[in-house]
Amino acid sequence: MSKVVAELKYSAEHEWVAIDGDGPVGIGISAVAADALGDIVYVDLPEVGSTVTAGETCGEVESTKSVSDLYSPVTGEVTEINDAVVGDPALINNDPYGAGWLFKVAATEEGPLMSAEEYAATNGGEL
Amino acid sequence: MSENYTALYEQHKKAGASFTDFGGWQMPLKYESELAEHHAVRKSAGLFDLSHMGEVWVSGPEAGAFLDYALVGKLSAVAVGKAKYSLICNADGGIIDDLITYRRPSPEDGVDKYLVVPNAGNAKVVAAALLERSAGFDVVVENASAETSLIAVQGPNAEAILLELVPAEQHTLVTELKYYAAVEVTINGQDLLLARTGYTGEDGFEIYLPNVDAPGLWEALLQAGEGHGLIPAGLAARDSLRLEAGMPLYGNELSRHVNAYAAGLGPVVSLAKESDFIGRDALTAIKAAGVGSTLGQKLVGLRGTGRRAARAHYSVLKDGSLIGEVTSGQPSPTLGYPIALAYVDVEHSEPGTIVDVDLRGKAEPFEVVALPFYKRQK
Repeated sequence: MSKVVAELKYSAEHEWVAIDGDGPVGIGISAVAADALGDIVYVDLPEVGSTVTAGETCGEVESTKSVSDLYSPVTGEVTEINDAVVGDPALINNDPYGAGWLFKVAATEEGPLMSAEEYAATNGGEL
Repeated sequence: MSENYTALYEQHKKAGASFTDFGGWQMPLKYESELAEHHAVRKSAGLFDLSHMGEVWVSGPEAGAFLDYALVGKLSAVAVGKAKYSLICNADGGIIDDLITYRRPSPEDGVDKYLVVPNAGNAKVVAAALLERSAGFDVVVENASAETSLIAVQGPNAEAILLELVPAEQHTLVTELKYYAAVEVTINGQDLLLARTGYTGEDGFEIYLPNVDAPGLWEALLQAGEGHGLIPAGLAARDSLRLEAGMPLYGNELSRHVNAYAAGLGPVVSLAKESDFIGRDALTAIKAAGVGSTLGQKLVGLRGTGRRAARAHYSVLKDGSLIGEVTSGQPSPTLGYPIALAYVDVEHSEPGTIVDVDLRGKAEPFEVVALPFYKRQK
């Protein structure tokens, strides 16, 4: 079963959100999503400085088998993107909550987010 | 939909497979990484469970004449020990399935014997169609799909792996076996039907055997393959491998609404054979009208110029107008760029033509290219 990390919050579209005080929030996709997609070979991220809106698409993640839109779980300005995953998208499969993080946002608003327990219960993940 | 499990289900579970429904069967989609499995087949070897495929035996004094009538090719002309790719069509020329048919040695004087292998999801329909079409012919049609397993070893190391399980005095049977041919060989102590066929674009073998023997052979092959880079491979890798090799998949490129000429399978249809066959009138008219050459649509290869891949059912455009539809597409693991198969209007089907594919709202240029996308070095 795909791992779900207790300290993170999750959107219904399988993004995780790492809230760190008042600083920018880290965003990635859950292991549930990464495992379902299969080996990711291409990732398209929003640009630094652009504004993303909670619940709206802001990029895409493509595997050999399928492609999936990336939905921003929060609203705000993108402060940083993970250039390493753009060059090596396999990082998302290998370490979705760590080296496979996607981008950071100075969030002004959160979309609806679930706790790890709720997300695991509804999406078949393992805490 | 009914859920069928192959005789190797426990092996797949133990190996950590993710499963998918395919043609009514629970099949391994991948084990650890479909990309690693794809590359293993290109560089060393992959082990596939293809037991969902059908096996229909046709035997009798008129077996050859019957298959000439039931299928579009001239199967009576296939030599004993050889195989032929063919189609079974409706009277309107629509494709019921694509098949591989092996001619086996005569069990007795005056009796011919063939093994017809349909796709998983079509096995019952093909067996029923063959039975129905056999009326008036001196043949017996027997659907052995439920009792028969099929294991494939594909990749440049496939022959070396197989030889580990074949007694030395039979090695030449394997090494001299030609592509699209089959022979009875002792493998892991059992006499089994070994074919040099596959769906990956690599050298490789397919082994037909009773269900009860499948787990033992699967384990033996994995063990024999340990020093040869063999890993089990699932349907995701099978799909990306066949797409690179430009091979059609029934349900994507082929269907009852598609004819052989549009699908680029004209050479498979033998209008020259003397006997009648189901679909002859329609296919004669379709060919005469120029379908697939000057009329209608044609199956082509597309190569992406960017990194985003075209996927099945995406629209193909030229100057903003709809000219076709993608039937299969993904990033090619071997080539490193997106590839796709699509039906497009024949006037835009020449290799070198630049068309657009609507990738979720954004048109991206793709080039029409000759098939296959990937051809192995011999």
